[in-house]
Amino acid sequence: MNTHTIIDKQEAKAVNTGAKAQSSLYAAHEKVFPKRAEGNFRKLKWIIMAITLGIYYLTPWIRWDRGPFAPDQAVLLDMAHRRFYFFFVEIWPQEFYFVAGLLVMAGVGLFLITSVVGRAWCGYSCPQTVWTDLFIKVEELVQGDRNARIKLDKQPWSLRKLSLISFTHFIWLAISVATGGAWIFYFADAPTLLKDFVTLQAPFIAYGTVAVLTATTYLLGGIMREQVCIYMCPWPRIQAAMLDEDSLVVTYNDWRGEPRSAGTKKAAAAGLAVGDCIDCNACVAVCPTGIDIRDGQQLECITCALCIDACNGIMDKIGKPRGLIGYSTLRDYNHNMDIACPDATDEVWGRIDPARVHKPGGGFIDGLKHFDWKIFFRARTMIYMGMWSLIGIGLVFLLLTRDRLEVNVQKDRNPVAVKLSDGSIRNGYTMKILNMMPEPRTITLMIDGPPGASMTIGEMEDVKGRSAEIPVEPDKLRALHVFVTVPGQLAVKGRTDFRIIVTDKQSFETDTYKAIFEVPENMQ
Amino acid sequence: MSGNREIDQLSGVDTTGHEWDGIKELNNPLPRWWLWTLYLTIIWSIGYMVVYPAIPGLWGAEGATKGIWGWGSRADLRTQMTTVEQGRQAMNDKIATMDINAIMADPEARNFAVSAGASLFKVNCVQCHGSGAQGGPGYPNLNDDSWLWGGKPEQIVATLENGIRVAGNPDTRDSLMPAFGKDGLLEPEKINQAANYVRQLANLEHDAGLATAGATVFAENCASCHGEKGEGNQDLGAPQLNDAVWLYGDSLEAITTQVQTPRHGVMPAWKDKLGEGKVKALAAYVLSLGGGQ
Repeated sequence: MNTHTIIDKQEAKAVNTGAKAQSSLYAAHEKVFPKRAEGNFRKLKWIIMAITLGIYYLTPWIRWDRGPFAPDQAVLLDMAHRRFYFFFVEIWPQEFYFVAGLLVMAGVGLFLITSVVGRAWCGYSCPQTVWTDLFIKVEELVQGDRNARIKLDKQPWSLRKLSLISFTHFIWLAISVATGGAWIFYFADAPTLLKDFVTLQAPFIAYGTVAVLTATTYLLGGIMREQVCIYMCPWPRIQAAMLDEDSLVVTYNDWRGEPRSAGTKKAAAAGLAVGDCIDCNACVAVCPTGIDIRDGQQLECITCALCIDACNGIMDKIGKPRGLIGYSTLRDYNHNMDIACPDATDEVWGRIDPARVHKPGGGFIDGLKHFDWKIFFRARTMIYMGMWSLIGIGLVFLLLTRDRLEVNVQKDRNPVAVKLSDGSIRNGYTMKILNMMPEPRTITLMIDGPPGASMTIGEMEDVKGRSAEIPVEPDKLRALHVFVTVPGQLAVKGRTDFRIIVTDKQSFETDTYKAIFEVPENMQ
Repeated sequence: MSGNREIDQLSGVDTTGHEWDGIKELNNPLPRWWLWTLYLTIIWSIGYMVVYPAIPGLWGAEGATKGIWGWGSRADLRTQMTTVEQGRQAMNDKIATMDINAIMADPEARNFAVSAGASLFKVNCVQCHGSGAQGGPGYPNLNDDSWLWGGKPEQIVATLENGIRVAGNPDTRDSLMPAFGKDGLLEPEKINQAANYVRQLANLEHDAGLATAGATVFAENCASCHGEKGEGNQDLGAPQLNDAVWLYGDSLEAITTQVQTPRHGVMPAWKDKLGEGKVKALAAYVLSLGGGQ
């Protein structure tokens, strides 16, 4: 053991314990000043932040050639024309079930991830966490680490304090504007909109959206921070319900840490039992929600794992094995606590005896449970995985087999039928031909029955007979009012089924609608 | 208050002192800023009540306090309708100067005119012609191809502009069928003969003997307006009698009644009420129903 290592004890106290000592119905907000953490999880979080922010800011700028009749933006939610473009996929409003399917997949995926690694969404990829993390980094770069920030906060206002604080807020606002600004590019051609935006030519809604998102980003990421997670967000309540005893959660392993002691050697010399925790409070100091993980699993814990990094650093320094705070399952934890606690009852664990788990020369006794990959493959995760995959396969199948030509028909109901002067009966139909390809097409419209019927189209002068060639613009719907007329002597009272068929002779794509020709009983 | 403090042993949290059936309410305090948001909403609501109409039953005809910004849903609707009207004005002016045939040939003008006509029809025409323009006894069906005063585009426009039998309008469609029965111009049996002949013209069931006699009655009294074979005359608004469409019904009684005491439909003149653009829009809508010629 390195006897020369000096570990600073952090002046840190969990913010959610202060309230327990007072009896007011309302608690004053205690500021949290998270200390910079270093370690593997911190690195992982930087990588995830780079990826998620990269996706968010850059996606609208990716180009994707769709030919001359469709926009070339890879991801575009074109509200005005009611189209959603996603790389090689184009979605019309009635195909929105693809998006619904993706949302269901996202939901099941969240169940899966939560059942395996707990609130990983909260800790790593939730926008609230990502932006707060970024804002805390800015704060740290401008004002210094935890202690410097606490000192600055306590100082009376001075020019230096004012300039440091206002510079921090200035950068926050700049990030917020960029965040709100990036959002609007998903809804219009990004380069055009950027040009319009800076030359004040963009629509009001663009400025309004940027203003609102700037305000929320600044407020939620800069000012509210952990208050959002603790008081405003429903996820902590929901996600906690998805955990079971085999889910990995950030855990303080009391069975090896307790009894904690700041003066380990003195305590050991006095013959007291000593655990691995030296009560340095490093885990509390780095916590972005300001809690003490040693109080156990709490609603406030977003499982960002920074306390693991902080504690592992300390363990390395004092030459003890890592993992005093680590990802652990409740099952493993209970197993190990059973070994460590000689007086455990059904209600309380009682006293922890470190000698029952530690070997005298260092290390742990055999028979303790540690992380095992097998917990990833249990019935619950397999079922979630199966559901997720089935929905995914279903969506891909639908995507590959979906129609790009469609006919929607609505029969005139007022009047149902019209008798013409020569005694023939006419029915009217509003037909909508959907050309969902980004190229102009000529669609053949055909009626198969009823006997003797012929067709005229209000919008097209020269149509007669049973079929017509209809030019439809690229990626557009063409609505026509079509009249089907049956000579009086051939008209059958009641309803006659017939088919309306649209065909693209080039691609042989076709769609059929089963229609009804109706002659009311009281006609003729 | 600190004297009464009671800490829950299990959670280490204060209780509020409230207890029901042995269950104590813990006090996990709400953040104070959340309380401020409540106060803020209260302040907001006061401001809202000052600015917008809010308290009912205190004020004037519309019943509620006015609000210092003077906003009201009726005024809002008026503004919106004005905006809509202004937005349509250019197209309306354009179709007012266009020939109806040109409107029907121009997809943009046709689209506007048919849509505008559809909504105008719902306000001005459905009372007589029905919501589907299907008409009824005495009111022509506008979907079919049988027209009293002509179904060509310009004829429909003319009928709409000056109406039918509008008193004091020199350009109105006007004609009168003599009341052959009521005024004693024809004896009842001759009317019966003529009615049977008319049913023969229309290929309907009839008494062959009466119809043969009726042919003479028809030629002498009716053919001058309705044509020798009952083909009608649109210049006079004389209905075609040898087709399948009947304004007052095709039964022997209905035909007899119409010969004895003819009824004459009227329609208002719309040109002065709606203006030329809207009349053409209505004509375009009627033509889009598929019966125009």
